[in-house]
Amino acid sequence: MKGKVLPVLTVVLAIIVLWYAAVVPMNVKEVLTQAERAGAEVVPPSAADRRDASRWALIFANTSHLGDSWSMERARLPAPHQVVQELWVSTWEEEVNGRRGIVQSGSLSNRSLVYHAGITLSATVLGFAMGAVAGVLLAIGIVYSRVMDRSVMPWAIISQTIPIVALAPMIIVVLYSVGLSGVVAKAVISAYLSFFPVVVGMVKGFRSPDAMQLDLMQTYSASKAQSFWKLRLPASVPYLFASLKIGIAASLVGAIVGELPVQRGGLGARMLGGSYYGQTEQIWAALFAAALMAAALVWLIGWLERRTLTAMGVPQ
Amino acid sequence: MSAPVITAKSLDLTFQTNDGPVHALKDVSLDIAKGEFVSFIGPSGCGKTTFLRCIAGLEQPTGGAISVNGMTPDEARKARAYGYVFQAAGLYPWRTIGGNIRLPLEIMGFDKSDQSKRVNRVLELVDLAGFEKKYPWQLSGGMQQRASIARALAFDADILLMDEPFGALDEIVRDHLNEQLLELWARTEKTIGFVTHSIPEAVYLSTKIVVMSPRPGRITDVIDSPLPRERPLDIRDTPEFIEIAHRVRDGLRAGHVDD
Repeated sequence: MKGKVLPVLTVVLAIIVLWYAAVVPMNVKEVLTQAERAGAEVVPPSAADRRDASRWALIFANTSHLGDSWSMERARLPAPHQVVQELWVSTWEEEVNGRRGIVQSGSLSNRSLVYHAGITLSATVLGFAMGAVAGVLLAIGIVYSRVMDRSVMPWAIISQTIPIVALAPMIIVVLYSVGLSGVVAKAVISAYLSFFPVVVGMVKGFRSPDAMQLDLMQTYSASKAQSFWKLRLPASVPYLFASLKIGIAASLVGAIVGELPVQRGGLGARMLGGSYYGQTEQIWAALFAAALMAAALVWLIGWLERRTLTAMGVPQ
Repeated sequence: MSAPVITAKSLDLTFQTNDGPVHALKDVSLDIAKGEFVSFIGPSGCGKTTFLRCIAGLEQPTGGAISVNGMTPDEARKARAYGYVFQAAGLYPWRTIGGNIRLPLEIMGFDKSDQSKRVNRVLELVDLAGFEKKYPWQLSGGMQQRASIARALAFDADILLMDEPFGALDEIVRDHLNEQLLELWARTEKTIGFVTHSIPEAVYLSTKIVVMSPRPGRITDVIDSPLPRERPLDIRDTPEFIEIAHRVRDGLRAGHVDD
């Protein structure tokens, strides 16, 4: 763990430096327009000429007017500190000091990221549970039934080649027409994405015992159920956690994609809302909230994995 | 000598492979009496492991007849007639040593208190008392193999089938385990079928040595050992021992000339 801190920090630092640098060319046209309105003389003076000019040429011609690059409102690319500030304002400030926040109103503000992250989290967790259970059951079927082995796997693979962004609105519409909406509909999309890594991982896991271990079970005249519970299932545990880690991340993506067409809250709705109104800081803040949530969920599965493997006698 | 516990009559087994049929066993006939220690020796491909697997009902012969305790191998397996020890210990890493030995007992439905008694007894037998709570990775290779023998002994089968159980171990550990195995055999009066490719090991352990040769897998010689049952390790330097070893080697060579 200690050996990782320095390289990770170095990469993070490099990204931040690169980001601050990228802010200048990304925002230069808007920055110059704003400076011109404030009375500065920019080169070239015509807005139309500036629109066609190269960003780099504009930067070198107007070096003294770039001061506002990192503090633009609705910047094309907001600076890191602006995103961090937006994160702070839309979580702590909104909930603790805001009129709608939990401190003053007793319930979470629908303008806060905490509220939206909660909506996304509930769909993610529900969809993940559905996907994991479905994945494990399908894997059992594939391992024990030759027919399922031949028929299910190709369809499972095809299902993952369809772009989920195209499929999600149709799933929402179909489910709505049979009376399912809200969190369940989004969870179905999450499950659709998360069952696949679980199927693939668990088929491999259930098949991981070698011929000798299966022969040993046969010398005991063990039933299929007994060799499943006593051999195949425990042998598959490391594969299970590896696929759950991928599955939960996929599940979060599914929940966010499911929120795009629905627009009833959630980080996905927040991102799309931000792009409608040019609130780039809001998009970035929601993105970071999603990334943090994914990291936390993957870490949680990793923690469960360590606990389980320790209980199963694996040396740590 | 008592009636044979294992009888094979003109046993044939042909595997169908992509390169055509392979005669793993051809016209193999053998009687094994109760309490015998029988070694099967021969180069790879001679069918020694296949024959052991036929006794265990893990392979189905394509011709001839085989009976174990007067039953078919499948029936004998269900009647818990034998314990099988593989080349690798194959202990489940997620179970303790005690848990691994308990595995067949759980599957066969022994009750809990009986399970614990049996685990203690067989751990004692293979000299692993006190290791019940340890995990396999905490034991050396030789100790793991002893634990796997204990696992095969736990449900009191009369026959112990061992497929090169010490093949992966170094010579010093192997000598020690051979000595212990003889001691265990004397105490438990099991019938043992033992596959090996080591001549000294076969001669040292067996009351009967079955020499086999490949293509097709068949028996070329059956040697009834005149050595006493009580065998210290230095018996390997006696003229009798060396003479039997010679005969085994000759048998193996004869098999090769046929190629």
